[in-house]
Amino acid sequence: MGLENTLFESLPDVVTVRLDALVNWARKSSLWPATFGLACCAIEMMNTVSARNDLSRFGAETFRASPRQADVMIVSGRVARKMAPVLRRIYDQMPEPKWVISMGACATSGGVFDNYAIVQGVDKIVPVDIYIPGCPPRPEMLVHAIMMLQDKIMKESVKDRRDTFEPESRISRVPGTLPVTEGTALEREMEARVENEDAPQPYTVPARHERRRSS
Amino acid sequence: MSEVLHTYVEALRSKNAGWVLEIIEAHGEVSVVVPREAIADACGFLREEHGFDMLVDLCGADRGPEEEPRFVVNYHLFSTKHHNRIRLKVRLSEDDPHVESVTRVWKTANWHERETFDLFGVIFDGHPDLRRILLPSDFDGHALRKDYPLRGYEPYSLN
Repeated sequence: MGLENTLFESLPDVVTVRLDALVNWARKSSLWPATFGLACCAIEMMNTVSARNDLSRFGAETFRASPRQADVMIVSGRVARKMAPVLRRIYDQMPEPKWVISMGACATSGGVFDNYAIVQGVDKIVPVDIYIPGCPPRPEMLVHAIMMLQDKIMKESVKDRRDTFEPESRISRVPGTLPVTEGTALEREMEARVENEDAPQPYTVPARHERRRSS
Repeated sequence: MSEVLHTYVEALRSKNAGWVLEIIEAHGEVSVVVPREAIADACGFLREEHGFDMLVDLCGADRGPEEEPRFVVNYHLFSTKHHNRIRLKVRLSEDDPHVESVTRVWKTANWHERETFDLFGVIFDGHPDLRRILLPSDFDGHALRKDYPLRGYEPYSLN
């Protein structure tokens, strides 16, 4: 979508609004999840795709085993610190556009496991679009989350650059490891610069809906 | 029930009197405290001569940093032919937490000893592949010791 993004910024809004609606409708109507069932929430995810609460009504027709063919990653279950780099790697392997649903209390915030082994919230590893509370959430809650994600997708715009990354992500790093964001010299320097009102841009990673440049 | 188990204790004692340091008996179960140099021989003896062919569990316990000896390694043995259970215990102090590995007696001890090493820091001499099994390989410390904080030392930061 790189070329179209630059083209569309020069087109009149009436054209891009139509295109937005079309592209977003296409994306939201066939969200293919990547299976990332880690623990007990995976059972509820299985329930959601089975006959009683049918997720393929909403376009989540197939759960692709390969992240290369998936749109949304439903992180269902607790993420151990040992598993975290693997999760990040699978997320990196998904092509844009991609979204993340964090299902259940453990993926959202560590859940009942406030200890040395479990990551306290998967948003420390990947950017999350929808959080689902519950232990485990009912299948209807996952269906609602997919519907909320579809509403969120409808509000996006084709003019948003999806394929650009924040400058810190351009630093090459060892594959399978996670980018450093806390406690580094870079962070200390940035905080010092922010205090001195010297920072060129805020040191935060805007969420996807905040990166829209269209009004 | 424990009369049958006492015969095994007597067999251990008659084989080598130094093998039985202490007998703990409760709820019909018998535990024998064995000195750490003798554990592999005692296990081999119980497996070959008395049919304790299954090592049900091998786990460690930390009695606390002020206790001496600090660690206890429990060996739960089960005999599938006679349906008897017996427990062997080895007490280890913190300055020298070495004990001989029983992988040559039961192959299943391989992963159990790796887990005990990972979580307590008990080193099993003669183990073919002693490395961490549950925690990440770059983890610092032994997590199930009583003086290891519950939440770990630092919050999870990427990399």
